[in-house]
Amino acid sequence: MLLRHTTKEVKVREGLTINPAKTCQPVGALYAALGIHGCLPHSHGSQGCCAYHRSMLTRHYKEPVMAATSSFTEGASVFGGQANLLASIDTIFSVYDPDIIAVHSTCLSETIGDDLQQITKKAADDGKIPEGKHVIYASTPSFVGSHVTGYANMVVGMAEQFAESTGEKKEQVNLIAGWMEPSDMREIKKLSKELGAKIVLFPDTSDVLDAPQTGKHEFYPKGGVTIPELKSTGDSLSSIALGCISAEPAAVALDKKCGVPFETVDMPIGISATDRFIMALSKAASVSVPDEITSERGRLLDAMTDMDQYFYGKKVALFGDPDQVIPLTEFLLDLGMLPLHIVSGTPGKRFEKRMAEILERSPGANFKNGLGADTFLLHQWMKNEPVDLLIGNSYGKYIARDENIPFIRFGFPIVDRIGHSYFPSVGYSGGLRLVEKILGVFMDRQDREAPEEKFELVM
Amino acid sequence: MYMESKTQFPDPSQVREELIEKYPAKVAKKRNKSIIINDPETVPEVQANVRTVPGIITQRGCSYAGCKGVVLGPTRDVVNITHGPIGCGFYSWLTRRNQTRPETDADANFIPYCFSTDMQEENIVFGGEKKLKVAIQEAYDLFHPKAIAIFSTCPVGLIGDDVHAASREMKEKFGDCNVFGFSCEGYRGVSQSAGHHIANNGIFKHMVGRNNEIKEGKFKLNLLGEYNIGGDAFEIERIFDKCGITINSSFSGNSTVSQLENAHMADLNAIMCHRSINYMGDMLETKYGIPWMKINFIGAESSAKSLRKIAEYFGDAELKARVEEVIKEEMPKVKEVIDEILPRTSGKTAMLFVGGSRAHHYQDLFSELGMTTVAAGYEFAHRDDYEGREVLPNIKVDADSKNIEELKIVADPELYKPRKTEAELEELKAKGLEINTYEGMMKQMMKKSLVVDDISHYESEKLIEIYKPDIFCAGVKEKYVVQKMGVPLKQLHSYDYGGPYTGFEGAVNFYRDIDRMVNNPVWKLIKAPWQKTADSEKESLSASYVTQ
Repeated sequence: MLLRHTTKEVKVREGLTINPAKTCQPVGALYAALGIHGCLPHSHGSQGCCAYHRSMLTRHYKEPVMAATSSFTEGASVFGGQANLLASIDTIFSVYDPDIIAVHSTCLSETIGDDLQQITKKAADDGKIPEGKHVIYASTPSFVGSHVTGYANMVVGMAEQFAESTGEKKEQVNLIAGWMEPSDMREIKKLSKELGAKIVLFPDTSDVLDAPQTGKHEFYPKGGVTIPELKSTGDSLSSIALGCISAEPAAVALDKKCGVPFETVDMPIGISATDRFIMALSKAASVSVPDEITSERGRLLDAMTDMDQYFYGKKVALFGDPDQVIPLTEFLLDLGMLPLHIVSGTPGKRFEKRMAEILERSPGANFKNGLGADTFLLHQWMKNEPVDLLIGNSYGKYIARDENIPFIRFGFPIVDRIGHSYFPSVGYSGGLRLVEKILGVFMDRQDREAPEEKFELVM
Repeated sequence: MYMESKTQFPDPSQVREELIEKYPAKVAKKRNKSIIINDPETVPEVQANVRTVPGIITQRGCSYAGCKGVVLGPTRDVVNITHGPIGCGFYSWLTRRNQTRPETDADANFIPYCFSTDMQEENIVFGGEKKLKVAIQEAYDLFHPKAIAIFSTCPVGLIGDDVHAASREMKEKFGDCNVFGFSCEGYRGVSQSAGHHIANNGIFKHMVGRNNEIKEGKFKLNLLGEYNIGGDAFEIERIFDKCGITINSSFSGNSTVSQLENAHMADLNAIMCHRSINYMGDMLETKYGIPWMKINFIGAESSAKSLRKIAEYFGDAELKARVEEVIKEEMPKVKEVIDEILPRTSGKTAMLFVGGSRAHHYQDLFSELGMTTVAAGYEFAHRDDYEGREVLPNIKVDADSKNIEELKIVADPELYKPRKTEAELEELKAKGLEINTYEGMMKQMMKKSLVVDDISHYESEKLIEIYKPDIFCAGVKEKYVVQKMGVPLKQLHSYDYGGPYTGFEGAVNFYRDIDRMVNNPVWKLIKAPWQKTADSEKESLSASYVTQ
């Protein structure tokens, strides 16, 4: 057994987290910043943070993940990191010539109290930011929230530091992407186009973290939301935040700064959440839903009804990030499955409330988020009440192997399979992909384990 | 003997100019000292183990990564608790491929686990020691491990949590569990290297010498600086078993607490990764009288050479004969593969920018493949890894290095027992054995090859543009950047999830992997057929405009 020390008996832990279902803020900020065109993310802290974040994102995407670091030493930790950040800005603009540097803090720079706003202002005053270039920042202390919080904070930074209101409204809707894959962002844009809605999606990592092999490394790939687009978000008719934890804070910031009204919907994973997204966008952009989208929905529903016997009543354990876990749990319920054990390391009252609402349909389900909600606990729950399927990031494979249950990779990080950056999980086609994946693992297991006389050709 | 090549390469001094011309003046001046044109005979000085230029995009990580991730991570029965916010523990969870093989299903193995105190804002403001002690107690109650190690992340040192006092207190309280801490905050030193040193000190202080068991075996050595990535240590163990050589303790691939505690009972320290573990070699020498010897099991010829060196050290005729037999048994399989592959790899070029020893070791494998290393450098090494340990007295200790504790070690009044007399050591040295020393990388590299320490992303891209190497070796952060340029990248930290690469079987694995990478037809598909046509049509179109 790989996780041979995981006991069935659950004991309350107050100090020790074991096998976390979250990581720290800066990696989320780094990921979000890659969704701006021409942006070099910058980690203001020790070198290790940046190395770890780049490595994890690289393993997840199998793509270049460029970012710089302030390379703190003991001296900087004692005297403050201002000199390191100013030197970084100078070096980065000279050598890598980005349009924007997006600085995020770390637990180190937060603990010593470095003020990113003040330092970036000093950089501007000292003439270290070339004409037409930008430095934005987000405070992302690792000891608050999770990687999802860091993502949200950097997206807030984009809205607060770029959005402008000219007084003239633009016929466009802001779509604020929660933490989703480049493939998902591409799908959101595709759906919006089909709807005929004019949108600005931010951040947008499609064509950044799914860049083609051309034999030439584009340091700044063609994707990403542009600065003029970000500026224009202040003039948009309204915003739709795709996710109450990772996207809504930026919508709130835009409303505060430029008076852009917003609506928050769940990330469109599964049929019901996608329905709500389509309804919200068609209303916001004053467009009607074309037959094409209705057909797409119908195809997903068709697969769900055709294959319902394989889903109905199956118990599922799942771990991940709030904006995915909320609609995914709902989708599992729509499929007739029983989400039984759910953890997420990300804290938040909104999250708890939404899950409580959704899980009314799954009596007896265990749910925990925030401190102490780790996959050690999830695994213990599974030992007490076994499930038919586990869904989570790559770390789940250790549990799935030990418990001999089917496993679907979903969330961040996925470091042992590809696909998540190419094929979406959002929208109706994303739903269809999830349906196919779940069926695939169930049926492969049945084919592998059925006695010879019960081996079925047609399923 | 250094490598030679008949291929014509660009003028290295011009290359160096190109690498630094875009930098701000101060940065250019600094980087110039870390970009060196090699001369294996005179061995010029390389600036190494100095601060990275902020913002330059470095490969380097931090002290915590070197301490917890590299040195302590591979020992399976220690509960390693990261004291800090969640990230550091999360990123160092299972990502280094340290294979381990517990002897029974009941044996402890915590490698698939991540333990963290998951510090929250209130712990930063009011201190985290209390939470740390609760976490240690919970780990003890849940698992009853032999040892619990605490690793400090950046905020811990800044807020003044005393992980050592907390560890001592809990150790005394438990009585049957060794608890010790490491002040390996990420900002210490200038790279992972500081963390290696801190880890060496901690293991030496808190573990070595606690287990006086005398293990069976006539020729007992400690394998130092071999972390069993991709099963490297397993292959070395297989070969040692055949030869009748016993691994007393492994630092730290596939190791256990009791092994590390027993290290003082071996008769030789065989060092693979000089950078990460040389401190341990020196300390075991001084305190217990066990000499250390640099060995290299990367490459079939190097493995054979290392085996002969070990046999020569023990000076036993039977062992020497057995080693020759094993080499004779193993080599034909290797030769069969290299004979097939060599015509396809010969004459190709490689660049290696990785680690603190790997950029040296792997040059042997490329040389066996008939490939030339045109440029190489380390991520976190010191001058002695480049130029050889004879430069140690001349290395200036700067402020960053001063912060890393140097343990004052003296001979143990009871356990110090020189394994070899001075005269025996001199005799071994005369036979060409590197005892308690290491000659470094540069003496093996060809004249006018480039040596670049702590290479930046910008410099890597430039070097690839200029030299167009057939393969580039580095880590995961560099992997897909370089491959987007159409050049295959071999990861030498994770081996691209392959390996082992040590010993004879490892050499064969490496030959096959490199053959696949430098000859893979997929690289020829980069241009779509219409792109090729479009380019040629464009040319013919513009030509026709001229004629009109």
